[in-house]
Amino acid sequence: MSGTLNRTDFLAYTGRLGAGLCIALSLPLGTKAADLATGAAGTTPAGEFAPNAWVRIAPDETVTVMVSKSEMGQGIATGFCTILADELDAPIANVRYAFAPASPEYVDAFFGDMTTGGSTSTPDSWMPLRQAGATARAMLVAAAAKQWSVDPATCTAANGVVTHAASSKTATYGSLASAASQIAVPKDVPLKTPDRFTLIGKHVARLDTPFKVNGKAKYGIDTVVPGMVHASVVRSPVFGGSVSHFDATKAKAINGVIDVFAISSGVAVVAKNTWAARQAHDAVHVAWNDGPNAHVNSKVLLEQAHALVATAKVAKKVGDVTSVHGTTLKSTFETPFLAHAPMEPMNATADVRADGVEVWAPTQVQTRSQQIAMAITGLPANKVQVHTTYLGGGFGRRLDADYVGDAVEISKKIGKPVKVTWPREQDIQHDFYRPMSVNAVTGTLDASGNLVALSHTVVADSVAKRWAPPLFKDGIDPLALDGAWNTPYDVANMDYRYVDQNSGVPVGFMRAPAANVNTFATEVFMDELAHAAHKDPVAFRLALLSKAPRAAAVLQAAAKAAGYGKKMPAGQAQGIALCLWGGSYGALVADVSLNGTDVVVHRTVMAVDCGTVINPDIVRMQTQGAVNYGLAMARSAKITLANGRVSQTNFYDYTVLRNADAPPTHVIVMPSTEKPSGIGELGTPPIAPAIANAVFKLNGKRIRKLPFSDALA
Amino acid sequence: MVALYINGVHHELDVSPEMPILWAVRDVVGLTGTKFGCGVAACGACTVHLDGKAIRSCVTPVSAAAGRHVTTIEGLAPEGKEHPLQAAWVEDQVPQCGYCQSGQIMSAAALIKKTPNPSDKEIEAAMSGNICRCGCYERINSAIRRAAHETANA
Repeated sequence: MSGTLNRTDFLAYTGRLGAGLCIALSLPLGTKAADLATGAAGTTPAGEFAPNAWVRIAPDETVTVMVSKSEMGQGIATGFCTILADELDAPIANVRYAFAPASPEYVDAFFGDMTTGGSTSTPDSWMPLRQAGATARAMLVAAAAKQWSVDPATCTAANGVVTHAASSKTATYGSLASAASQIAVPKDVPLKTPDRFTLIGKHVARLDTPFKVNGKAKYGIDTVVPGMVHASVVRSPVFGGSVSHFDATKAKAINGVIDVFAISSGVAVVAKNTWAARQAHDAVHVAWNDGPNAHVNSKVLLEQAHALVATAKVAKKVGDVTSVHGTTLKSTFETPFLAHAPMEPMNATADVRADGVEVWAPTQVQTRSQQIAMAITGLPANKVQVHTTYLGGGFGRRLDADYVGDAVEISKKIGKPVKVTWPREQDIQHDFYRPMSVNAVTGTLDASGNLVALSHTVVADSVAKRWAPPLFKDGIDPLALDGAWNTPYDVANMDYRYVDQNSGVPVGFMRAPAANVNTFATEVFMDELAHAAHKDPVAFRLALLSKAPRAAAVLQAAAKAAGYGKKMPAGQAQGIALCLWGGSYGALVADVSLNGTDVVVHRTVMAVDCGTVINPDIVRMQTQGAVNYGLAMARSAKITLANGRVSQTNFYDYTVLRNADAPPTHVIVMPSTEKPSGIGELGTPPIAPAIANAVFKLNGKRIRKLPFSDALA
Repeated sequence: MVALYINGVHHELDVSPEMPILWAVRDVVGLTGTKFGCGVAACGACTVHLDGKAIRSCVTPVSAAAGRHVTTIEGLAPEGKEHPLQAAWVEDQVPQCGYCQSGQIMSAAALIKKTPNPSDKEIEAAMSGNICRCGCYERINSAIRRAAHETANA
């Protein structure tokens, strides 16, 4: 598809989508409007006003916002509706949303396609959504003024109603929808000044919550298409391995099994239900060609990573680290591979027909999903529809859509719609992992204990090299240095180096990618420097933050709210850490004790500055969740490899955070009029270094290795 | 053929008796509120009630439910009504991705039925078999306390 989708195409699409999904999914409210339980766009009633790709207003007053980002728990659907409804001056109770199709209209300016990641959604979409809302509002006002033969400037709009005060005339948006469609789309409509916001920055209850407490929200795995069959794919236990031959005799004997055949990702088993597919999956005997990764071992990779430190190339240089002398500290940090393990296992549904393909997927990458289907079927983009469902967690795992390829390939082969569901064991063993890494950091303090030089080397597999090749230049992956080279600290001489480990292990982005590792190194090291300089860790950091007032402010706010420095109960200590992510600033204080080799976090306090806040409760929610995600990453989780195979299999040996282990997190949301920045990942990086800094106070041991359970063993 | 009640409705399911209740409910009956998470009773996403007690439906064969009552999230409250926990979940804005929440609520419902006023330790113990990767635990626990409190004062 080239150029922009015109209105006719847009309406044709949304109409078709509604009709398609009505067959499969019940619409509990008996409405034709967008269905919040499914994110389906619904049908397009006559007289609807659709001034742009982002919003439709129906005669029944329903405002439908097209959400171009994946709702994976971060509250983006509610956020987008809030932003647009504010400029539109529509009551939030009238607002519904639908997940946008893969289409050029919804391409993200930053990614150049439809992708949800990097905490970019609100910053990237905030202006287009405001403009869309303001433009629609102006057209509704113009339509009312025309009907009343008055000057539009004498009309006002609020709460979904246009009013002409002088004549006491009013008209609802719904009643104006048809007339507004006849108004020429104005350009450069002025936006509200922040003092006029009615929804932005206020409490708006999430629009998806009611459907997430009664089982009605439809995730990818809940997709039902008439005539659909179920599949599972047996994959090579070694990355990059291929099928030599297989014996499906036992699998085919299982009741409900339809077919077994090889596809590019392994051996596909197709059955009448998920259970039969799973049984057949386990019954297929496959002989594999292991390929070049058969001997990959994570212990060996770690040794190699240490050896690679000396070969790192300079990525950024400030001043000259060799020009200063004083007390030099050197520390080396180790972090393991990690799996994302979102609660919804990987899955996708595809229906490959002669006239086109439909894909239903819980994906963070609509365009990539579409391209995967195009590559397999040879069909053009306008024949490939991607329906985004709710995502049962993303965390970066769904920035890769390998599972979409499974479904499209199998559907193409059998000529039926098919849903592929991965067993949890495959989710753990066939992830795109958070890379293992070694961080080597050196700092020099002058005679007064001031930090005058900082060198930081990162050794880790490059994710960008595979996922965004143009970014990987001259051996440098700029994303791999996040959380290091974008330091807020003002140090006269700095030197950042990187080397791609190229381990052969598939790697991907995981919540606050790279920063969740590099911040561990930088913030533990900051405490080491402060200790060596005989300075308070907060005062030491603040002295380096004179040029980063927002960073200094969150550090002070967190320290103050947590009572950092106060006398703690016996056996407890506080640690602090600062972090940057997605243009936002965060500082966290953790209250920690030790239980053998386990760290116990009693409470955390985190101050966040994400610029203009759209929804304060979602900011708190995301921060609480991101801190817990970071704690899960650091406490005892690790992915290890032996003989090219991942050793962990499921939640009993790949440990995640459980209820009893999760601390309460008190969130301080800093007031700001800066433009909005990301909040979905900011809480993840600082928890590990904050804990490590607390552990040092408890037992004098510097933790430079994760997970904590290994470091404390 | 296995005969059982699901949310009060009698069903005769033409499935192999070993099929876990999870897949019978999802793929055969078409109630998708109960989720697949791990397949080994390690995450709680599939939690349903069997004669009022919380079980992991991913490892419980449908034969074990023969003649008995299975309650899923769809049947926790009568149609058009909400369970006090569901109301508390909304009040405290618990869900993020929401995928685990059916299982969380079913585990919590079994808890407060047996222990109407659970202590924090009892909540942690009863709920630690339910994983939430979004990390909503603080709000899950506050919603359980809220629902227990409001039920006690009703």
